[in-house]
Amino acid sequence: MLACARTIRRSLSPTKAAIQIRTAGGLQSKFVADICRGCIDAPCAAACRCGALIAREGGGVRFIPHKCIGCKDCVEACIIGVLEFDEDSNKPLVCVQCGTCARFCPHQVLTLEERPI
Amino acid sequence: MSERTIKVLEINLSEEKIEVHHRKDLNYLLGGIGVASKLFAESVNPQLDPLAPEQPVVLANGPLSTIFPVVTKVVAVFRSPLTGEWGESYAGMRLALAMRLAGFQAIVIHGRAHAPTYLSIGPRGVKFKNASALWGLNVGETGSILRRLEPNRGHRSTIRIGPAGEKCVSFASVNVDTYRHFGRLGLGAVFGAKNLKAIVIHGDKDEPIPDSKAYNKVYRDIYQRVVKTDIMDKYHGVGTAININALNNLGGLPTKNLQSGTFEQAGNISGESFAEQSLIRKMACSGCPVGCIHIAMRRREFGPGYEYESKAISYDHELIFALGSFIGMTSQEKVLDLIDLVEELGMDAITAGVALGWVTEAYQSGIVDEATLGTKVDFDNAEGYIEVLKNIVYPPNSFYATLARGTAAAAEKYGGKDYALTLAKTEMPGYHTGHANVLGLTVGARHSHLDNAGYSVDQKHREQRDLEKMVDDLITEEKWRNVLNSLCICLFARGIYDPETVVSALGSIGINTTAEELNALGEEIFKTKHEIRIKLGYNLDRLTFPKRFFDTPSLTGRLSSENIKRMLEIYKSRL
Repeated sequence: MLACARTIRRSLSPTKAAIQIRTAGGLQSKFVADICRGCIDAPCAAACRCGALIAREGGGVRFIPHKCIGCKDCVEACIIGVLEFDEDSNKPLVCVQCGTCARFCPHQVLTLEERPI
Repeated sequence: MSERTIKVLEINLSEEKIEVHHRKDLNYLLGGIGVASKLFAESVNPQLDPLAPEQPVVLANGPLSTIFPVVTKVVAVFRSPLTGEWGESYAGMRLALAMRLAGFQAIVIHGRAHAPTYLSIGPRGVKFKNASALWGLNVGETGSILRRLEPNRGHRSTIRIGPAGEKCVSFASVNVDTYRHFGRLGLGAVFGAKNLKAIVIHGDKDEPIPDSKAYNKVYRDIYQRVVKTDIMDKYHGVGTAININALNNLGGLPTKNLQSGTFEQAGNISGESFAEQSLIRKMACSGCPVGCIHIAMRRREFGPGYEYESKAISYDHELIFALGSFIGMTSQEKVLDLIDLVEELGMDAITAGVALGWVTEAYQSGIVDEATLGTKVDFDNAEGYIEVLKNIVYPPNSFYATLARGTAAAAEKYGGKDYALTLAKTEMPGYHTGHANVLGLTVGARHSHLDNAGYSVDQKHREQRDLEKMVDDLITEEKWRNVLNSLCICLFARGIYDPETVVSALGSIGINTTAEELNALGEEIFKTKHEIRIKLGYNLDRLTFPKRFFDTPSLTGRLSSENIKRMLEIYKSRL
């Protein structure tokens, strides 16, 4: 969260990260990572009517911020509900699949892998 | 950053009013213990009891909190109901992050709520909420309910007390996010006396990086050092519990109420054994790549007919010492059952264990009988200790009411001072290393081994014991730790955050300082704390040292009371 926020958003606040670590049911339960799974033919891109989200070959999306009007249709369309919306910038916090979060995970919990097709 | 200001949230529980103060005048204190000491000095009343409604509780984080590796702590300052004097305690988990996201660097709480209350603190204000349904509940259940009631899952912290705090047990703790605590010196009782069951702090504030290039460079440098040095092995691997075997092998593991410095069953409850047999996961405080929190699983039968439950319980060196070797526990199951009870009641594990050690000898020597205790007690008998711990919280008689005020209070009234293992009314931690440890605990601001690392000074001067140098080392260390604690850096990373690193980390976010300024700050905080504790009743001329510390050989041999007295005189001459 901190690595994503500082590298991609230039923010010290983990609320700006595309990855959110939470617990399934309190700290005695499992941790879950709310993060884009890089869908093939991503539903968020299919839902975008302004051309701001474009499905990438091999999974995931490309985001073109200046085209985004902040309608949140993409957020609604995310099947697993992990696409966060940033009210300050009025844009979704799109994962760019850069692997920064995995690089700053010192315990091999997060890894960046190619999606098997 | 010229616009920098310390934002202090002041909460009055009696009147349900809040005020936000922008204190530029506190900037030079950085944050943490520097700011908290000053805010506490402004509002503590030495004439009033520690549990009086007027007494303040101050919480503070620092400018580097959670944005640099292993900068994870929040400090709490209060008047201790255990000692009557300076109360200072640190906790991690998500609290420092939540305070940052809420936008407050310090929180001052005073007054007393008219009925059980919990506070919900966020960037858009404070809500005073009815906690009558939570009053009486243990720590775990309170947390489970609050996580359902409050917003910002994943960006919040829930701190709460258990029945021990509600009943104002002098060594009640405040639990922070299930697995960390403001453990020592009785902050839980102060919360209880204020009718304050819990605080949930949450937030979503953005904070743009002022100079991304400079910040990322320093961040990466510190991060690389953290993950590549041996602190990773030591604290993430086996964890702090690695000290059990290490101290035992050297003869410095307090065992059976410090009748010995070695424990023949240490192998059963060592860090290595816990890891191999009970460890199920590890966790980290927000902003820490190390992850030192070790969680064990305890599976147990709670009723007939194959009724089983499992609990995930955190353990550390201090808990295994206090609720293990110190009271002769020979199995992990027994240690975990005692840790679990202490957690759920919400009391400090070290204080509880050391009190149980005194109770055991007091019972064996006939000071207190079975009828008064309501149970038999003996080393390695977990059932008896479980009864005693419950009775401390729900006292059936005046003996337990006194014991709820701590081991020193109980020994003062009933006797057995020679084997009441307290220094300056504070129960000893899990080291018996020598003179510097005993003196360091006695003169340290919070009577903790973390004040000045006496255990380490003892080992450094093992070959050639120079009392003057040992005292000077203690004082130098305590002053520098005041700087680290103003930034709320976890002391496990003290080797990484040397003065040069601290200066460059602060510089990268626009706070310009020098090593000289930092050292002057450490000096000033040291003096501030000392002046306040004298006002609160701490007296260097009235300190006593239980005989047991001198009877049982330490890691560096047998201690002499003459040496301790000489060291105390040297210490006084340095003030």
